[in-house]
Amino acid sequence: MFEAMTVLIRRDLLLALRRRSDVLTTLFFFVIVVSLFPLGIGPELDTLRLIAPGVFWVAALLASMLALEKLFAGDFEDGTLEQMLLAPEPVFVLVLGKVLAHWLITGLPLVLLSPLLGLQYDLPGETLRVMVLSLLLGTPALSLIGAIGAALTLGLRGGGVLISLLVLPLYIPVLIFGAGAVEANASGLGAAGHLYMLGAILLLALVAAPLATAAALRISAE
Amino acid sequence: MSSRLVNWFHFSSPATFYPLAGRLVPIFAVIAVILIAVGLYLSFFVAPTDYKQGEGYRIIFVHVPAAWMSMFIYLVMAFWAALGLIFNTRLSMMMAQALAPTGALFTFLALWTGAFWGKPMWGAWWVWDARLTSELILFFLYMGYIALQGAIDDTRRADRAGAILLLVGVVNIPIIYFSVKWWNTLHQGASVSLRGDVSMATTMLVTMLIMALGFWAYSIAVALKRVRCIILERERDAGWVGKLPEIRA
Repeated sequence: MFEAMTVLIRRDLLLALRRRSDVLTTLFFFVIVVSLFPLGIGPELDTLRLIAPGVFWVAALLASMLALEKLFAGDFEDGTLEQMLLAPEPVFVLVLGKVLAHWLITGLPLVLLSPLLGLQYDLPGETLRVMVLSLLLGTPALSLIGAIGAALTLGLRGGGVLISLLVLPLYIPVLIFGAGAVEANASGLGAAGHLYMLGAILLLALVAAPLATAAALRISAE
Repeated sequence: MSSRLVNWFHFSSPATFYPLAGRLVPIFAVIAVILIAVGLYLSFFVAPTDYKQGEGYRIIFVHVPAAWMSMFIYLVMAFWAALGLIFNTRLSMMMAQALAPTGALFTFLALWTGAFWGKPMWGAWWVWDARLTSELILFFLYMGYIALQGAIDDTRRADRAGAILLLVGVVNIPIIYFSVKWWNTLHQGASVSLRGDVSMATTMLVTMLIMALGFWAYSIAVALKRVRCIILERERDAGWVGKLPEIRA
């Protein structure tokens, strides 16, 4: 069962490796959005330090949402998705594999790059550590929740805009606790509580979101 | 006691529900008009002036019932969605779809009247408080559902996709609510709570309940009217629709 999942992950990673531009687009979107804020708000480091948690998290949210459209679209168009739904392996596991691969491609690079961008916002080392940790816990949850929206809007006209309308309200708890963790650390309150909540959301999403995604995929592929 | 089994599914067919809804619409419409008229009269002329908030507080007679309805209708929609997914009944999905605009309307009304209340009381049209924010998010959830329904042409897929979105939303609402609550809170405590300690004058409470019941009747009437239209639209090729006097005329 988990063999199918690893095969699926390896296949998706290989596909991404062959088409590197897709991966880089999401990453550079994140970098550009984060770099735009100082240009819009002004270069005072005190202000930037204050807004950094929110900016990073909102940018991560948008980048994760932009990448969602491609999550199932390719497989849907060439019929692979149909075969996946017909396969003897539970769809839950296959969805989990797809989402995990998607996170490795679009989420992880963003997490790894965030400390570098954090330096531009003059964040201290400890806060950078918390930010990476919060993104590490939060972005997989974003991918899991977003997969529901991606599955529901599969093959619809104007799907991309529709995903944002469906998924962004559901992202709000992750945003609150994610940005809250970084903020709490920066103001010396300790980020543990927020990080625990992020972990709880991730676990809940890990259990529940693939179920809803699988059901949505069956409806969309009917 | 009769041993006859009740046929719970009798009215789950559009053909039998359509005339029933037609009979119920005027009844609930009349109830709604009477209750809302009485409620508005009580709230403007009978309810005492609040010693702290003055006359401006009277907007809560619209605001609080609208906020109740906005949350309740989402739950009802999710209930119909679950029923529709479990029993595969088309009518349940139609009910969920018919309720959505009313729910969105009440959410908007709650936000709008809340802004009017907030300006004199808090000195700001909008504050980023937990309950305001979660009401706003609820509005986004309604909009997402309506947009998803509108984007899918195949009604069966639209129904089922919308149902999943509603159920996901319902699971998320408590999470969103508590996360927003811990994030920031400034709103006054609930005036009416289930624990029974009501912190307002009896007249005010009665007025608020009358308004709430009036909004209920309004929602039912409008939803039934809308579901009749949806039934006609979807079942236009069915034989029984062609035999309806209003269609033949």
